[in-house]
Amino acid sequence: MILIAVISLGAIGAIGAVFLYAASKKFEVYEDPRIAQVQEVLPGANCGGCGYPGCGGFAAACVKADSLDGLLCPVGGAEVMGKVATILGKEAASAEPMIAVVRCNGTCEARPRTNRYDGVQSCSIASTLYGGETGCTFGCLGYGDCVSVCNFDAIHINPATGLAEVDEEKCTSCGACVKACPKNIIELRKKGPKSRRIFVSCVNKDKGGVAKKACANACIGCSKCQKECPFEAITIENNVAYIDYTKCRLCRKCVAVCPTGAIHELNFPPRKVEPKEAPASTPKVKEETNLK
Amino acid sequence: MLRTFRIGGIHPPENKLSADKKITVLATPKQVIIPLSQHIGAPAQAVVKKGDPVKVGTLLAKAGGFVSANIHSSVSGKVNKIDNAIDSSGYKRPAIYIDVEGDEWEETIDRSDALVKECTLSSKEIVDKIAAAGIVGLGGATFPTQVKLMPPPGNKAEIIIINAVECEPYLTSDHSLMLEKSEQILVGVTLLMKAVHVNKAIIGIENNKPDAIALMQKQAVSYPGIEIMPLKVQYPQGGEKQLIDAVIRRQVKSGALPISAGAVVQNVGTAYAVYEAVQKNKPLFERVVTVTGKAVSNPSNFLVRMGTPISTLIEAAGGIPENTGKIIGGGPMMGKALISAEVPVTKGSSGVLLLTQEESVRKPMHDCIRCAKCVNVCPMGLNPTLLMNATEFKEWELAEKNYITDCIECGSCSYTCPANRPLLDYIRSGKGKVMGIIRARKS
Repeated sequence: MILIAVISLGAIGAIGAVFLYAASKKFEVYEDPRIAQVQEVLPGANCGGCGYPGCGGFAAACVKADSLDGLLCPVGGAEVMGKVATILGKEAASAEPMIAVVRCNGTCEARPRTNRYDGVQSCSIASTLYGGETGCTFGCLGYGDCVSVCNFDAIHINPATGLAEVDEEKCTSCGACVKACPKNIIELRKKGPKSRRIFVSCVNKDKGGVAKKACANACIGCSKCQKECPFEAITIENNVAYIDYTKCRLCRKCVAVCPTGAIHELNFPPRKVEPKEAPASTPKVKEETNLK
Repeated sequence: MLRTFRIGGIHPPENKLSADKKITVLATPKQVIIPLSQHIGAPAQAVVKKGDPVKVGTLLAKAGGFVSANIHSSVSGKVNKIDNAIDSSGYKRPAIYIDVEGDEWEETIDRSDALVKECTLSSKEIVDKIAAAGIVGLGGATFPTQVKLMPPPGNKAEIIIINAVECEPYLTSDHSLMLEKSEQILVGVTLLMKAVHVNKAIIGIENNKPDAIALMQKQAVSYPGIEIMPLKVQYPQGGEKQLIDAVIRRQVKSGALPISAGAVVQNVGTAYAVYEAVQKNKPLFERVVTVTGKAVSNPSNFLVRMGTPISTLIEAAGGIPENTGKIIGGGPMMGKALISAEVPVTKGSSGVLLLTQEESVRKPMHDCIRCAKCVNVCPMGLNPTLLMNATEFKEWELAEKNYITDCIECGSCSYTCPANRPLLDYIRSGKGKVMGIIRARKS
């Protein structure tokens, strides 16, 4: 009896083995083993910052591509791309580290409220309804759509200012907040040497007088900074200045001439000599409290 | 048994406080602000510049595209500036500021009260005159009227349906217009019938306006082809697709235009504007606006020039009551809270509603209890709770598959939700997003 059982089970097993072997040959899907290797060194956050669906998608794209030009994991940066390049034996594209920058400095004091919104606390919903609680229809709404999309806990609303603030340590420049902001305030900018960077912290397109009335810290499009800039990095369009970070050489001349303090400098050492005497509450003091 | 539409609907308290008030002509203000976007479609292009003298009825801005409308001056005076102004959209948009001097009208406008019945114009000429007068749908959607009167090839209009239901609570501007201008409206309907070559028109009126129904029925006897149909009170019967269903029992397919069901729907106010434009050469520069609210001392119906600040109207109705929480442009269901009382009256302003503090508070939201009340009341047969969730979790494909773009934003779902969920806020935002995705896919 035992013998029959052993033989029959053995036979079934053998038939099954043959079938499975045939099936595995017939329906084999070849996956480049390097994809798994590349995926191994990627951060695994699946944030989508590279433009591909998750780290797996990016790894496959890296393996498939002829060169790594244009392929960048913003979270891992140059270090991770270097590892990817070693695995694949390709040249890694040099990548400038980037960071998310919130271009609004309309704090609660600078930008008085003109109405109260009691609807759903979401920037995208509020912006489909109207311009916002203050006279400025371009500025940060402060309901935190950027906060909820950030996978890295790198952006928060400061309750004192009502504005979104980026945590430099945590920001991976994946760009999720840039896409989430309905006001297009957040921009990915060059992180800069020693994290030093200069930017116009305002996107208000209203004429100077109107912008100023709505927000004391607004860019009024006076073009003083444009004239001052020795590198032609500043353009003024629609009454608002924009600093091209590829041209900016961080001389800080524009910061000094801005009458409203809309141009911010970050992580610079204190100036040796103040060129002009400034009133007690200079915009510079505000900057430091506003944006880390 | 009175008819109404067959899917969903609600019956909020009617609160027609100004129903027995005659139309009062409001004096012209010192300055008017006339926005260049008072209609759906491309903004109009200004043809006047700073310092230009204008008369009442002078063309200020030309239609900026096929779906767009001309804009005329509502006052005489001088153009002060062309600058951005906050309008009822809550955003700053270009507008023409005019300082008022006197009240001089263009000579071509017939200012007499005499009723002109005869019209020898061809249908093309009627449509051209309507386009020239800058007439848009005055029910609130402000769709340019001439576009509706030019059916796309392959479609044939069979009937004109006149929307006189005024299903929004509080509002009585159409009601008061029917009581005072019934004959003019009927002539206007005749002109619309001629414009699209049909010989049948039905005016749908909800039966909470028995005086208007009686009067219109009496007058309509001498206008062949026009029938008055009393309808059961049900919100949102003023929605184009709901009204077509209620009146001729036809349904418009998802994504299709009402003309595909053979119907051209026009508001009763639009019919009056058509009469004035075609028979009196008067462009659209004034309209009837209801100013109302439970705490308002004198709820009224005003005949207002476009561009008049809302604050002037409220002043005329007795001022802003002490405990006002919100000022709504439009009715309580589809209207929108205004961010300033200086917002100007535009072609789409059917009413101004002042809500008290207690009425205007949003109640705290709770979890969905899956009672499906929103599904029952949705007049488009959608599943609002699903659409809200799809929007919240950015599931745009799911939202599209469940016809989010068919939402008419009537707010019945939010009104009925026992958990106070802001269904419409989400759906409106999701609808915009999905429409953007569809546009991007097509281009």
